[in-house]
Amino acid sequence: MSEGHSGLVAHQFETAEQQKETVNLGMWAFLITEVMMFGALFSAYGFYRAQYPAAFAAGSDHLNYFMGAFNTAVLICSSLTMALGVQAAQQGKRKGIILFLLLTILLGGIFLGVKVLEYADKYEHHLMPGINFSVDSPFAAQIELFYCFYFAMTGLHALHMIVGIAILGTLVVLSYRRRFSANYYNPVEMAGLYWHFVDIVWIFLFPFLYLIGRS
Amino acid sequence: MSNTVAVASHPEPDNNYWTAGYGLKSWLLTTDHKRIAILYLIMISVFFVIGGLFAVLIRLELLTPAGDLVSSDTYNKLFTLHGLVMIFFFLIPSIPAVMGNFLIPIMIGARDLAFPRINLLSWYVFAIGGMTTFAVVLFGGVDTGWTFYTPYSSTYSKTAVGLTAIGVFITGFSSILTGLNFVVTIHKMRAPGLTWFRLPLFVWAHYATSLIMLIGTPVVAITILLVFLERVFGVGIFDPALGGDPVLFQHLFWFYSHPAVYIMILPSMGVISEVVACFSRKRIFGYGFVAFSSLAIAVLGFLIWGHHMFTSGQSILAGMVFSILTMLVAIPSAVKVFNWTATMYKGSISFETPMIYVFGFLGLFTVGGLTGLFLGALGLDVHVHDTYFVVAHFHYIMVGGAIMGYLAALHFWWPKITGKLYSEAWAKLSAIIIFIGFNLTFFPQFLVGYLGMPRRYHVYPDEFQIFHILSTAGASILAIGYAFPAFYLIWSLFRGEAAPANPWNAKGLEWTVPSPPPKHNFDTIPVVKEEAYDYSRLEEEVV
Repeated sequence: MSEGHSGLVAHQFETAEQQKETVNLGMWAFLITEVMMFGALFSAYGFYRAQYPAAFAAGSDHLNYFMGAFNTAVLICSSLTMALGVQAAQQGKRKGIILFLLLTILLGGIFLGVKVLEYADKYEHHLMPGINFSVDSPFAAQIELFYCFYFAMTGLHALHMIVGIAILGTLVVLSYRRRFSANYYNPVEMAGLYWHFVDIVWIFLFPFLYLIGRS
Repeated sequence: MSNTVAVASHPEPDNNYWTAGYGLKSWLLTTDHKRIAILYLIMISVFFVIGGLFAVLIRLELLTPAGDLVSSDTYNKLFTLHGLVMIFFFLIPSIPAVMGNFLIPIMIGARDLAFPRINLLSWYVFAIGGMTTFAVVLFGGVDTGWTFYTPYSSTYSKTAVGLTAIGVFITGFSSILTGLNFVVTIHKMRAPGLTWFRLPLFVWAHYATSLIMLIGTPVVAITILLVFLERVFGVGIFDPALGGDPVLFQHLFWFYSHPAVYIMILPSMGVISEVVACFSRKRIFGYGFVAFSSLAIAVLGFLIWGHHMFTSGQSILAGMVFSILTMLVAIPSAVKVFNWTATMYKGSISFETPMIYVFGFLGLFTVGGLTGLFLGALGLDVHVHDTYFVVAHFHYIMVGGAIMGYLAALHFWWPKITGKLYSEAWAKLSAIIIFIGFNLTFFPQFLVGYLGMPRRYHVYPDEFQIFHILSTAGASILAIGYAFPAFYLIWSLFRGEAAPANPWNAKGLEWTVPSPPPKHNFDTIPVVKEEAYDYSRLEEEVV
């Protein structure tokens, strides 16, 4: 039994190295399931986009591309602060971890705030499918379909952001309690992988929803 | 087998996973893969009984051509719930979550799965999904068929589709978590010397299964969620009246649900490999081919979903491509069947209960597989589409294949799991009753389906009645056969002889630890120095 060494190696592992590799593979496997989940939405969206290009382009026109672009920049910055946080963890710099994770949380919060403004704007303009959707267009049904996907995809993405912020908040607390060191910082690294993945999803969502085919 | 250890004596008391902790809490908060397997075993057994009761009502209704026992609405709910419960709450978790959970860590020489807490989480997620389905029954059931085809499910059905969708959505995550745990465990937790090509084929089969769970399940989860959103918000994602495309739903649904049948059958195939080698006293014939055929089935399984949609209006070209690819999946399946048969060739075969189930599996899976080729053939499928021919084919694979494999596994590893021996005589008798009852239930369905009896109808022309009478009679026998193990296995828990560590004289690391295994499986992690199924060496040692 390996409960003896260091206390941070769970009983089912022989070495810290094995634990680290295993957790790493587990995270990548989890990200594959995420790719498949978003992938199904992206393919359905792509299929309808090909079916109804004009309606979907009209749908894109109603989106505020400035807000989308601003949010893209915010998320790219948050990826930078996340990467700096992981680097601080690798070097065992506790204050660095806390600072950069808090910055990441702040940027994530800004992103979600802008998203709320966008959703509110859609609500005011009667673009919420199933709630108050009405546009004056011969293919209103197809534009509604576009907004179904807009809300499903950005909503699922926002949900991932919220989960990510919760994870980062937990890590800040753990870091404050000196749980991490240059020898043990795996959770920070795994949270980094997750955060980068969520950012990458947005990197695809932004052009697909906001930019393609807009006039 | 004739080990005469007295009932009361415990060879190694207080040292195994059953006695490692007492009380409900020690079970509900356990992270021991063996205890979680037992939790799963209890839960899926309950679901098996519930799903079976729905089947009993279906068969009773079909005894007469008129719809006299239940109304057509009730009948729709019965076959829907039978399918839902049996597929999502019994077949998919059956062998992986019970046998795989229990055995994979021991087979690969590990103390537990890679993520024990996630393993427990997956059971809770499964339980919540299961409770949601119970709630569905309380709220009047659901009538869409287990396939949830839109726009009926999203717009027109008046039943509890939304709640059902949530239940299936939740349950999907338990499947994902189990698959993730297995993949990572098999990659990273193998004992020293246990190379990929020394792994038991049971582990290979579960590796392939887990890949399907990981890649396929998220797709159906999000699809079901879209149906839920469509229903709640009244939008038209899959509703043609509102610009959506119902065929897109079918594509997304079958992208998971066709591979899902391999989630159900591959673990069974892994069991067959273990049992057939043990009771033939031979190394499995063509180890590499059997191992890779599991992966081939997993990969090809993702390319053939369109064969469920030959009559749905997909293009003829797509139909032809899907038809050809469907034929390809027969190759790895046949490789397995031929290799198991070749393993028996010149082996010293003995007929213990698990082996009887293997014989049952081989015959029934072959019939089910060959009729699958009929259904994969584009022209013929148009004739038998949505008839009892499909029902019979599916049940030959799932009941004749997957459940036979599950019962083989249950009987093969029961002494290891519980440390008790069951009555061979009763077990053999019930295996034979199950085989007879199964064939009488489902063979007539091939005939009546070919003659044109559609599935999901509870009123039918008089000339079909004889087939339905035979089928219902068979189902009664089958039910008796399934009831037997519940009694003699539970009886063995209290009155059975204590099992030695290796009652079958089988190979594999799980037989080197005591029965039942100690809490952390191994005192010291074993070093593996031999190939899997090295029965020739074992025989020499025994002689």
